[in-house]
Amino acid sequence: MNPKTYHHISSNPSSVKSRFTRGFLRAFKKIKRQQRLLPTSSSSSSSNPSPRPYLYGRVKIAADKSLALAVGSRRAWSRALLWKIHYKAWRQRSRFNNKKKLLKENKKNKKNKKKKNDDEEVGFRHAKELRKLVPGGEAMDLCSLLDETAHYIKCLITQVQVMKSVDQIYSF
Amino acid sequence: MSSRRSRSRQSGTSRITDDQINDLVSKLQQLLPELRNSRSDKVSAAKVLQETCSYIRNLHREVDDLSERLSELLATADTAQAAIIRNLLMQ
Repeated sequence: MNPKTYHHISSNPSSVKSRFTRGFLRAFKKIKRQQRLLPTSSSSSSSNPSPRPYLYGRVKIAADKSLALAVGSRRAWSRALLWKIHYKAWRQRSRFNNKKKLLKENKKNKKNKKKKNDDEEVGFRHAKELRKLVPGGEAMDLCSLLDETAHYIKCLITQVQVMKSVDQIYSF
Repeated sequence: MSSRRSRSRQSGTSRITDDQINDLVSKLQQLLPELRNSRSDKVSAAKVLQETCSYIRNLHREVDDLSERLSELLATADTAQAAIIRNLLMQ
């Protein structure tokens, strides 16, 4: 493989895969370590309904966050995904403190109503649905949306592969 | 050619050509597992987009399922397993 053909090394799936694996394993082990320090966790009793949904949320966020970080900021969808994760965490924190800050998010939702005319011109009604699925898709033009979707799908496949092998390793 | 020119005059800000879109759509089609084998002229762009949406939803669901399985493993993990994993990762 000629290294000169790689213009964007971060969009090459094999290096994204290794970066994601490293980041995800690190986050996963951290969650595991923190979970062991809780007084309610014990390996003998398997009925622990309260930590379960909390753990699921943390694992999922860790997976998405390490995927977006592995891709880097060169792709619009990874930037949008990171922003979404940080925004949700910030919202959770500020919910305890000040409820007036939550009014700002209503102003943000009113910005994204332009650029839908392209879709109707070319005749793609499904592009609307696609925009909701791809992070950051609402504010992209059609060409970038299709381009980002292709890269997003490749990275999602990588994410599923890595998580499957982590699951296999851990479930002996 | 004249039709393409008039279309670009209507959408002045966005210079999207048909070829560009067809290119991107065929690139997407190659990624989808179901449509990869069919010829591109048999599959319309709308179908490709539809399949893309359902494929992305499937992948999201798989990620959610795997996260749930991993979180269940965390809830009932053993110290012996941790030693095995550490050995595996260090190889």
